[in-house]
Amino acid sequence: MVAPGAVVLLLFHYLPVLGNIVAFQDYNPYLGDDALQALTSSPFVGLDNFRDLFADPAFWDALWNTLSITAFQLVFFFPLPIALAILLNSILSRRLRGFVQTVVYLPHFFSWVLVVTFFVQMLGGAGLLSQELRDAGITPPEIMSNPDTFIVLVTAEAVWKDLGWGTIVFLAALAAVDPNLYEASAVDGAGRWRRLWHITLPSLRPVIVLLLILRLGDALSVGFEQFMLQRDAVGRQAAEVLDTFVYHQSIATGDYGFGAAAGLFKAMVGLVLILAANKVAHMLGERGVYSRS
Amino acid sequence: MTATTNLRASRRRHPERPAWEEDPGIAGQTAKGVVLTAVVLAVLVPLWVVLVTSLSSRDTINAAGGLVVVPRELDFSAYRIIFSGGQISKALLVSTLVTVVGTAFSLVLTVLAAYGLSRPGSVWHRGLLFYFLLTFLIYPGLVPSYLVVTGLGLKDSLWSLILPGAVSVFNLVVVRAFFQNIPGELLDSARIDGAGEFRILLRIVLPLSRAVVAVVGLFYAVGYWNIWFNALLYIDDNEKFPIQRILQSYILAGQAPQTSGAVGATLPPTLAIKMAVVVVTVAPIALVYPFVQRHFTRGVIVGAVKG
Repeated sequence: MVAPGAVVLLLFHYLPVLGNIVAFQDYNPYLGDDALQALTSSPFVGLDNFRDLFADPAFWDALWNTLSITAFQLVFFFPLPIALAILLNSILSRRLRGFVQTVVYLPHFFSWVLVVTFFVQMLGGAGLLSQELRDAGITPPEIMSNPDTFIVLVTAEAVWKDLGWGTIVFLAALAAVDPNLYEASAVDGAGRWRRLWHITLPSLRPVIVLLLILRLGDALSVGFEQFMLQRDAVGRQAAEVLDTFVYHQSIATGDYGFGAAAGLFKAMVGLVLILAANKVAHMLGERGVYSRS
Repeated sequence: MTATTNLRASRRRHPERPAWEEDPGIAGQTAKGVVLTAVVLAVLVPLWVVLVTSLSSRDTINAAGGLVVVPRELDFSAYRIIFSGGQISKALLVSTLVTVVGTAFSLVLTVLAAYGLSRPGSVWHRGLLFYFLLTFLIYPGLVPSYLVVTGLGLKDSLWSLILPGAVSVFNLVVVRAFFQNIPGELLDSARIDGAGEFRILLRIVLPLSRAVVAVVGLFYAVGYWNIWFNALLYIDDNEKFPIQRILQSYILAGQAPQTSGAVGATLPPTLAIKMAVVVVTVAPIALVYPFVQRHFTRGVIVGAVKG
């Protein structure tokens, strides 16, 4: 029963993992008749691709962009679903709450193409905002193609898409809090803010830690399609992230060995990050993503 | 005395507000209302504007100077164009085909594997589970995946949109966790009655698991419907473009697709056609998802905690 799924993963997950040996090759896809022959007949060059990678300023730019966007979103995106979940949890009317949830979950299911399309139509040069501002005699600001504010734009897009979806996990954790805790503290004279601080937030802590670990482990990934779609409008300087760098340096140009090296670097650092974040969580007494059982 | 005042004060209390909780202040209520309205409008306004513009005539669009906020009429000519053959109709067919076939294929593989992995003690159980879960930690990069898919001869085949993501281990973990909650006695008694494993899965496990299959099916279907980058990588033949690829090249990059409309007839405005493409891309998601929504919490939580 497990076999068909295992075969798909073997072919499209583990086989490519092995295929990372092209990162140590001067891979030439035109050698031989097929990819396997090209792989066996391409010369090995040791760590040359990595040396080129680390000497390439464009790589460091992409790495820097990725890390700044991750950091920015940790500060300005990560707390928002927690706040919205607490707010939603305080709504007593089931119908109102259900309606709000239905609406805010929806954009999670939109593709990045759709999300960017909506932003272009609303905030772009020919969009609704510019249209209204021009009618009012105001020169509309350049939002969709301004490299200086791009980090705010991509965060706004991510918030629009996933703010609602992000609340689900927290809402479930809030529903699991024992109401007796609230009652007891209210009887003891704790106001709503103290109850929030001493009961609600501590009950959310395990979930928050778990999601932080997952986000840190994935620190080198930011919405890949989101950046692919907007890189040309904003320019490489602000919008190139590691994933788009890999694409543009390999499949777009044919330099597979170099691109594979960049991809492998990213995968290795990601693995170290998630293991390290998990270890730190264990040391702080949290459950973490996985436990040694 | 205090009891009576409390009673009087709580005359207009919400029936579900617990007795110990203080009534909300006016400032707090207002702030909540403003935040919730803003969040809801941020989602609904763009959808509304796009829908209204897609149904507007040339005059209305010209009068508005672009996007239309207040509807004046229902003009379906933009939809007639995109459904009358041509590249957009074709892309909708391709996306539908990929979504239907892909979702069915993924669900079969996922349910089979999840059931196989849901019973500790079966042969190779730990090893196989590890094999599946390891994909979370070790993943291939873009380049080797591209080389494998093209090396298998899938370039320009619609299978290149289905096979590489056919098994989501996240979804598998969700389904497996659900299966594990089914009481083992139920399955054992069927086994004693002589039912085989496939029969048990079909007749007992699946009928109990409709909720989780619906959620995971929706996740897969949305994934296939939204597929864009893989189409950019693997599909060069524009007869096989899925709808997201058209949306991107038409609306974001501004390349008009061929439409086979009535020649000579006055074409609806380009903006209305564009917005109609957005609407048909959103519609299947917006129509299906509310029916599955009530099962989300369970699916997502189990996945997040066990994944």
